[in-house]
Amino acid sequence: MCEKHDIVIIGGGPAGLAAAVAAYDAGVTDVVVIDREEAPGGVLRQCIHNGFGLHKLGRELTGPEYAAVYAKEAARRGIRILRETMVTALSPDRVVTACSREGILKIEAGAVILAMGCRERSRGALNISGTRPAGIFSAGTAQRLINCEGYMVGKKAVILGSGDIGLIMARRMTLEGAKVEAVCELMPYSGGLTRNIVQCLEDFDIPLYLSTTVAEIHGRQRLEGVTLISVDENRRPIPGTERYIGCDTLLLSCGLIPENELSLGAGIPLDGITGGALVDERRETEIPGIFACGNVLQVHDLVDYVSDEAELAGRSAADFVRGISPAGKTLPVFAEKGVRYCLPQRIHAGASAPVELYMRVAQPRERVKIVARSGERILAEVSRRRVAPGEMEKITLKPDALCGAEEICVSLEDL
Amino acid sequence: MVYDVAIIGAGVIGAMTARELSRYRLKVCLLERSSDVASGASRANSGIVHGGYDPEPGTLKAEMNIRGVEKLFRAAEELHVPCIRNGSMICAFGAEEEPAVRELYERGLQNGVKDLRILSGDEARKLEPELSGEVSLVLHVPTAGIICPYKLTIAAAGNAMDNGVELLRNFAVCKAEKEGDIFRLRAESGETVEARFVVNCAGAYSDRVAALFGDGDFTIIPRAGEYLLLDKAEGGRVRHTIFQVPSAAGKGILVSPTVDGNLLTGPTATAVETPENTEMTPEGIAAVKALAARSVPGVMFSRVITSFSGVRASEKDGDFIIRTSDRVAGLVHAAAIDSPGLTSCVAIAERVAELLCGAGLALEKNENFNGNRPDTEAFRHMSDEEKDAFIRENPDYGRIICRCEGISEGEIRDAVRRAPAALDVDAVKRRTRAGMGRCQGGFCMPHVMRIIAEELGIPEEQVTKKGPGSHILTGRL
Repeated sequence: MCEKHDIVIIGGGPAGLAAAVAAYDAGVTDVVVIDREEAPGGVLRQCIHNGFGLHKLGRELTGPEYAAVYAKEAARRGIRILRETMVTALSPDRVVTACSREGILKIEAGAVILAMGCRERSRGALNISGTRPAGIFSAGTAQRLINCEGYMVGKKAVILGSGDIGLIMARRMTLEGAKVEAVCELMPYSGGLTRNIVQCLEDFDIPLYLSTTVAEIHGRQRLEGVTLISVDENRRPIPGTERYIGCDTLLLSCGLIPENELSLGAGIPLDGITGGALVDERRETEIPGIFACGNVLQVHDLVDYVSDEAELAGRSAADFVRGISPAGKTLPVFAEKGVRYCLPQRIHAGASAPVELYMRVAQPRERVKIVARSGERILAEVSRRRVAPGEMEKITLKPDALCGAEEICVSLEDL
Repeated sequence: MVYDVAIIGAGVIGAMTARELSRYRLKVCLLERSSDVASGASRANSGIVHGGYDPEPGTLKAEMNIRGVEKLFRAAEELHVPCIRNGSMICAFGAEEEPAVRELYERGLQNGVKDLRILSGDEARKLEPELSGEVSLVLHVPTAGIICPYKLTIAAAGNAMDNGVELLRNFAVCKAEKEGDIFRLRAESGETVEARFVVNCAGAYSDRVAALFGDGDFTIIPRAGEYLLLDKAEGGRVRHTIFQVPSAAGKGILVSPTVDGNLLTGPTATAVETPENTEMTPEGIAAVKALAARSVPGVMFSRVITSFSGVRASEKDGDFIIRTSDRVAGLVHAAAIDSPGLTSCVAIAERVAELLCGAGLALEKNENFNGNRPDTEAFRHMSDEEKDAFIRENPDYGRIICRCEGISEGEIRDAVRRAPAALDVDAVKRRTRAGMGRCQGGFCMPHVMRIIAEELGIPEEQVTKKGPGSHILTGRL
């Protein structure tokens, strides 16, 4: 079966839904969202804790509530959402192939928005020594089993990785009656939001062991315990610091990887650091008419910013469909001293609206300023009392600042 | 009921022997200590169809390997198990190692291996551009290939079962008695089986099994081999299977594409205490990385998706043991089958049938034998148009469950329904590849558990990862 639509959005999570609504409101009403789950909302459906929407909606919602806000907006506009449908291929000329219980569907799209989200790094990718018993879950898989399927995954747990999902799951497991023995973090600082460390660990007396990792996994059939080990400043294990903790569950929260297999199949160039596509200020990838937003583009801390980014991508895709193209030459953006990456990676000099540059710093630092320069000229700067890799930063470039600019370099400097 | 033959061990040797015996009018049972076939070394090895240059001339290994290669390719075709003749390269790094390459070449000629060639480093790099610049001389073995060892085992056991063989799982033989002409085998669970003939295909346990019969004149020295498996993004790094010149410990660390398009590196060779010692070690992981990079420096180990270890059933004298017991009438050993056991499996199975015949088992042809097994991967290889038509008739094939490998609900249900049925999550993984991709089951595992529970009519809490004791859930909320 072959169809034609103005905009096809791959993924019906927070990014896909917000992009669909924004594209529709920008005047392109023939929008189709393709989602693989039985209901839209993506990973938010399993995030039953609160804390969503403070920035974007001015109120504190749970994940499913936040998703429902956007699902309702999409429904109100009559936007079509194909459920339990999996996109299996995307071509550079924007032909989307999808598979569902109805058969194989091909759609020629005027524009495509990538909103596939991300996946968790698995045990296999972490190269942990030891046996391969049951009881080892990525934190998100455990979250789904508990919150969506209604099953408990263990009684005594260790969590490796102090990213936000790991922290949230430490609290969740505790609330459901499990004993969380420890959260271990390889780095000397947590990768999660400060508010989550306070609310999920400190409030429940769960210890956080920094510069610590799992050296070995024990147990043949079900997990019986793990050996923890301390690591030095180069993340190398320190012999003699091994200690054993008995547990039947190990949750892994060791990083998220944008799910860009479809993008790679379409030949879309990716950023080696973000794992997402290289995009301009409108979130257009290097293949014309294909846009990206949300965690498939860069892993976000807060869904509120995912929605912002998706709305931008939605409006840009609508512009593309209506033949509106950006003005001016493109200026490359480089992350320098102390900045790990910066997105977008290129900006049109003729951008009419302010451009927000999102970035993550390489290491935690205090009393710094984030500076965007073109040559010697400072385009924008902001001061920060404290920055950390776990919290995304942004800086805004005004349109007149871009005038006459060449390449843009963003760096972190002492105040 | 008294079986004609009881086969102990459902690894590739036991499964292929079962299939071979199902060609005859015999009542055969296949006894497996684990919850699934291919749970020992057949689950975790290099998956190489060896050319036959390595075994010493005159040994059983040499004979079985040479006879086995073409037989294996044929069986794989009948069983619809992907098997690719990608060729092997055995590399010498510098003048010191070059004599070993020449020696293997001579040995290969003596064993009767066809089309062997010696290549200079530069000639080899023309065929295999990612090969290290340090490689100075190469033995090229075009007849060698790759195959998935557990898929072959599953298919052979399944085909044997389609032809009447019975599989008894979780049947760890702990006692063997003989009354008159009848063996009685007792499992740890208390179950018993009676048979007129017994074949010992117990792999790394084969010495212990022999001892149960009072026939303990060989000793298995279990040796673990650790592997790192990489993402399909690395699968094209090499086309050939790249070996280094062998040492006493084995055929060395290889770098090879797999039939499923991943890249495999390993194995180490470390003596371990028991066949259960399949844990990964930091030393093993480091050794695999370092030695694989010696052959192919460009391998990106940041793309490792999983690691595993298998235990070889090596005998102290080094050769296969395929013979009728000289102490116990009716007992045949196919024991101590380490490399090149996978390559030799069909030849070994045929030899076992001959030995049983020699021991008095009547081999009457089974007219209903069908050696062809339906292609379990047929759906995956269809064009979009064919898939569309197929899904319309069978909607379950349209619901993708494992997105990394693109595996549908229909294929997973098939794996639970088709012999040998997948009864747990790992068994589904080995049959369908669901959970074998880059996310390692993060997304599909809850779905796979639900489907298994539905198919088996059990609550989801009872679904296991790999048999008794490996429950995944601890209860309902």
